[in-house]
Amino acid sequence: MAAEKIVQSMAEIDAADGAVRCSGAWTVRGIARLEQRLPAFPWPAGNDLVIDCSAISSFDTSGAWVLHRTVRLLERQGRNVQTRGLRPEFGALLQLVAARATTSRPAAAAAPGVLAGIGHWAWHGMHGLFDMLAFVGESAVALLRSVLQPHRIRWRPILRNLQTAGFEALPITGLLSFLMGIVIAYQGADQLQRFGANIFIADLVGLSMLRELAPLLTAIIVAGRSGSAYAAQIGTMKVTEEIDALRTIGIGTQELLVLPKMIALIIALPLLTVYCDVTGLLGGMLMARSKLDVSFDVFINRLGDAISLSSFLTGVAKAPVFAAIIALVGCFQGLQVSGSADSVGRQTTVSVVQSIFLVIVADALFSVVFNWLKI
Amino acid sequence: MEPLPSTDAVIDIRDLYTRYGTAAVHQGVSLAVRPGEVFALVGGSGCGKSTLLRAIIMLLRPESGSIRVFGQETIGLSDEEALPLRRRWGVMFERGALFSSLTVAENVAMVLREHTQLSQQLIDEVVALKIALTGLPADAGAKYPSELSGGMRKRAALARAIALDPELLFLDEPTAGLDPLSASGIDELVGNLRDALGLTIMMVTHDLDLLWRAADRVAVLDGGHILGVGTMMELSEAEHPVIREYFYGPRGRAAREQAWKKK
Repeated sequence: MAAEKIVQSMAEIDAADGAVRCSGAWTVRGIARLEQRLPAFPWPAGNDLVIDCSAISSFDTSGAWVLHRTVRLLERQGRNVQTRGLRPEFGALLQLVAARATTSRPAAAAAPGVLAGIGHWAWHGMHGLFDMLAFVGESAVALLRSVLQPHRIRWRPILRNLQTAGFEALPITGLLSFLMGIVIAYQGADQLQRFGANIFIADLVGLSMLRELAPLLTAIIVAGRSGSAYAAQIGTMKVTEEIDALRTIGIGTQELLVLPKMIALIIALPLLTVYCDVTGLLGGMLMARSKLDVSFDVFINRLGDAISLSSFLTGVAKAPVFAAIIALVGCFQGLQVSGSADSVGRQTTVSVVQSIFLVIVADALFSVVFNWLKI
Repeated sequence: MEPLPSTDAVIDIRDLYTRYGTAAVHQGVSLAVRPGEVFALVGGSGCGKSTLLRAIIMLLRPESGSIRVFGQETIGLSDEEALPLRRRWGVMFERGALFSSLTVAENVAMVLREHTQLSQQLIDEVVALKIALTGLPADAGAKYPSELSGGMRKRAALARAIALDPELLFLDEPTAGLDPLSASGIDELVGNLRDALGLTIMMVTHDLDLLWRAADRVAVLDGGHILGVGTMMELSEAEHPVIREYFYGPRGRAAREQAWKKK
């Protein structure tokens, strides 16, 4: 009984006395083993071949396709093939499959050569650069227009973006900058102790946090937090055609989507940077007291001498530039999304990588310029 | 409409109650779909047609009642227990739900690769056949869903739904959002598939033309209840005011006259 059942759920083919007999379930699930056996099947000799299909118990398009394919192959070998005994409804299916059978499989596109690949890559890169430049230009024009006509500025989305990108980022940026202050003080402590220059811990932590680390750290966290969110949001809106809808209603994407984000980030990032300056110094102070016995009031006194106003301002002045980079890259990559969910993921990744890269490049340029100006 | 014994019906719903948040969607729905028929579920927007479909294909858990598909109770089945059942049906979603990162051919092939042991070559051939069966041109297989028109996307979704030669096919709004020409192509396709593959089809639709041309039996759903079940002829003679409004509104009348002329 069990053996019979197994036979029933499988497609079978045997040749006996010059006749070929098909049986069992010629279905998508039953056909797999038969398919492997078919190429080596000992077809009876002779020009006329009769395939008896009366014992086929179930039949679907996959089974019909295999039968059709087999018969056609035999005919191409010059034999005369007849199928017999197929149930009428199965016959109709076989006919349908034969009618719709397509031999032409879409050829896979030939892989481009190395040179063509490099060309494509360069061409796309150049186009991307031009598009990005055009986007920056459009955003600048839109920003200028808003400044000239302040009533057109959309305050509500700006305030919402301030909350999500600024206020809600306080815990994470604060914590990381605090830890960064601890790390710097810890690394510097050994060296300073060796020279008995414990008090200079305030110079070390103060200058490195205020001038470099706080703005950079904040920008990188915000790029990962908000830049990616911008890209994903705008990208999804592109997929669901909301961007097109906005355009038809006559609302510029720049005005509604890009500018509020950019303005909010330009306001939020310097504030976050100042906040990170403070938490970073706190971390350094804590480490200075426990490792170098520099008490809080001594540390703060020294800080006043070590850090000029310009050190603080050079740090904070970078933040708006970083903010503009993050917002522009995030929005631009969001708008580059085309069609699929896959593309949203890809552009979001690109937006984060690109904005962090550009932030660091901008930071290096700032260093060069400040050095040149001797600030 | 004599009730069928549950073993005969492909889908047998008894006394179903469903709830979406606080809103009751179905209040005691009972239905039976017979083998080999094209069964349509109609009703106004928001009456719970699609919810009922989602409950049958186990995407949504009803509050109480019973849904038996191929004689097996589906409510409370785990994903693992449901797998053999899920392989026996195909679903075409309203917006296609094709995987956007795969080409049409890969979309169809994925189902075959996942559930059968066929060789790659045979899979490719069967995929080409399914794509041809739904009336798509052969070169559509290499395209991504985002490159297809709405009608082609529906056909591609249908090709994926019939990839495993299911015994039961669910169609959610098969003609919604299509131009009349593509829509009547789908009408024909539904009829052809049923005849050629011996499928049982359950569809949710608003399309009166499709109902007249392809549906064997129709159930009207309104306010959480089934108002009537029957052939289009029977329903168009029903007394219930909601059913009359549905079939005798201006569009209903036009579709009915068309159907009369054809006969």
